[in-house]
Amino acid sequence: MRKLDYTTIFFILMGSFLFFFVLIPIVNLIVSANPEVLLSNLQDQEVVSALFLSIYCALAATIIALLCGVPLAYLLARHDFWGKGFVESVIDVPLVIPHTVTGIILLLVFNPGGIFGAPLSHIGLTFNDAIPGIIVAMLFASSPFVVNSSREGFESVDPRMEKVARTLGSGSLKTFFIITLPLALRNVVVGSIMCWARAISEFGAIVILAYYPTTAPILIYRRFVDFGLTESIPVAVLLISVCLILFLIVRLLISGWKTYDKD
Amino acid sequence: MIKIENLCRDWNEFQIDHVNLDIKTGEYFVILGPSGSGKTLLLELIAGIWQVDSGDIYMDGENVTWTPLEKRGVGFVYQNYMLFPHKTVFENIAFGLNMRKVDKKEVKERVDNMMKLLSIDHLAHRLPRTLSGGEQQRTALARALIINPRVLLMDEPLSALDRKTRDGLTHEMKELHQKFNITMIHVTHNFDEALSLADRIAIMKEGKISQVGDTTEIFRHPKDKFVADFVGVENIIKGVASKYREKLTVIDTENISIYTTEQIVGPVHVTVRPEDIILSNKKVETSARNVFEGKITEISDNGAIIKLTIDVGEPIIVFLTRQSFIDMELNIGSHVWTYFKATAVHAF
Repeated sequence: MRKLDYTTIFFILMGSFLFFFVLIPIVNLIVSANPEVLLSNLQDQEVVSALFLSIYCALAATIIALLCGVPLAYLLARHDFWGKGFVESVIDVPLVIPHTVTGIILLLVFNPGGIFGAPLSHIGLTFNDAIPGIIVAMLFASSPFVVNSSREGFESVDPRMEKVARTLGSGSLKTFFIITLPLALRNVVVGSIMCWARAISEFGAIVILAYYPTTAPILIYRRFVDFGLTESIPVAVLLISVCLILFLIVRLLISGWKTYDKD
Repeated sequence: MIKIENLCRDWNEFQIDHVNLDIKTGEYFVILGPSGSGKTLLLELIAGIWQVDSGDIYMDGENVTWTPLEKRGVGFVYQNYMLFPHKTVFENIAFGLNMRKVDKKEVKERVDNMMKLLSIDHLAHRLPRTLSGGEQQRTALARALIINPRVLLMDEPLSALDRKTRDGLTHEMKELHQKFNITMIHVTHNFDEALSLADRIAIMKEGKISQVGDTTEIFRHPKDKFVADFVGVENIIKGVASKYREKLTVIDTENISIYTTEQIVGPVHVTVRPEDIILSNKKVETSARNVFEGKITEISDNGAIIKLTIDVGEPIIVFLTRQSFIDMELNIGSHVWTYFKATAVHAF
């Protein structure tokens, strides 16, 4: 076997602390769950509807993020304009502020008297303790994943390829859909799944804006506060399984997606 | 056919500065310039990829300055071909026809014909990344040609290829030009390419066109020092090459026969570097295959180096050091012998 030098050995030692620090608690949680209890929890209406609500609201948030985030990502990838840095920073802000602060920010504008909440309440949309509130909280916190990942994808497509398509008679919007988007699709999909997984996990903003109806992270919190650790574990395991499956799909997509310029 | 009037555009470090060009129908027009001269930008402006700051572009008498690029009817081939990586060779070539909603059967027929013409029919179902440079270039040419463009614009189409492939494709592009009888504008920094392909050449420098003319004009009578330095040749002679014997080609210029070790046939240009030519007052025995007798017609004194023009049937430029020039007692009208080896002759 190749002899490792002392720097490599030292770095492996330091790095593995972090690796096991993350891995061991997750594995511990999963193995500590009693399969029977897990099964009975899956039959518990409250648990199932909380999980379903999380997945469903996160999906809605992801679709909105896609509809608005992909065009924005394309603009950022292709155009230089005054204030571009500001736009980029604003998009990334949700990543750096505490999620409880996100909840407060959103509550201020989406309460029935707020600048968004007031006009929207006229068409029957309420956000306080309602599904739309869950969705906006998720959207706010997770949309940067869609924008940033899609943008990376668009930047990897040579703009000259679009120009060639246009000289061949394809209009600019058509070119986007038949040339650019297919070539950047992997990044768009990866960004969407990351956004979805992140949205399912959202707690801080939701706990302030829409404590009810109960999403999975809220349910875990409530069971923990009301009944203690053992009661919260099965729901936690179920939720983490959903997130890990999504995450696994992302990893598989990243490694297995056929990119046309490489074998 | 294509008329460009006072075209201006500033773009990052490049600029196009009051460019005027008049390109004739069916002409093979080459824009030759060093990198950074703005030649690619000029080509992209003609295609409509960027909008102009001012000036006008006419095609067939129609002002297309503000026509969107998908309506201009130009074909564009980039240096890196820009094939659609997620589409097969067939789908790449069919792209323009599909955009025009041509009937499926006709698309298949026309694409098949085009692929045969460019001998890439065996590649129909391959993806671009599996193709060699030459094959990619043929696919890109086919994709552009199939829409019957008013003009085919090519940005350094041969630069990414190795020498051998490039020579083959150069020849083929000449044939394509005749077969399709299409106007072509070809941008390059390589003067070999310009010489072998162009009907006329425009020399571009810092966003301006500094000279337009046919090949002989440009290379024999460079208008200024920039053109002379850029084209960088003193001796350039036109002729027809044919095989003389194994490893030897003879080029007939109608006045003299020049031998080269390069393997080439057909109409060519020949260059010889002045420093490879030996001069003597009388005939000497030498291994050099090219031996010509001639008269000095011009002497120009460049300080340490003297430049002589000798008429041996074709004008040949020779450099001499000042000392040799004095020792040989040369004057206008002196009879001299010039010698150069067949290996010193470059033909293309």
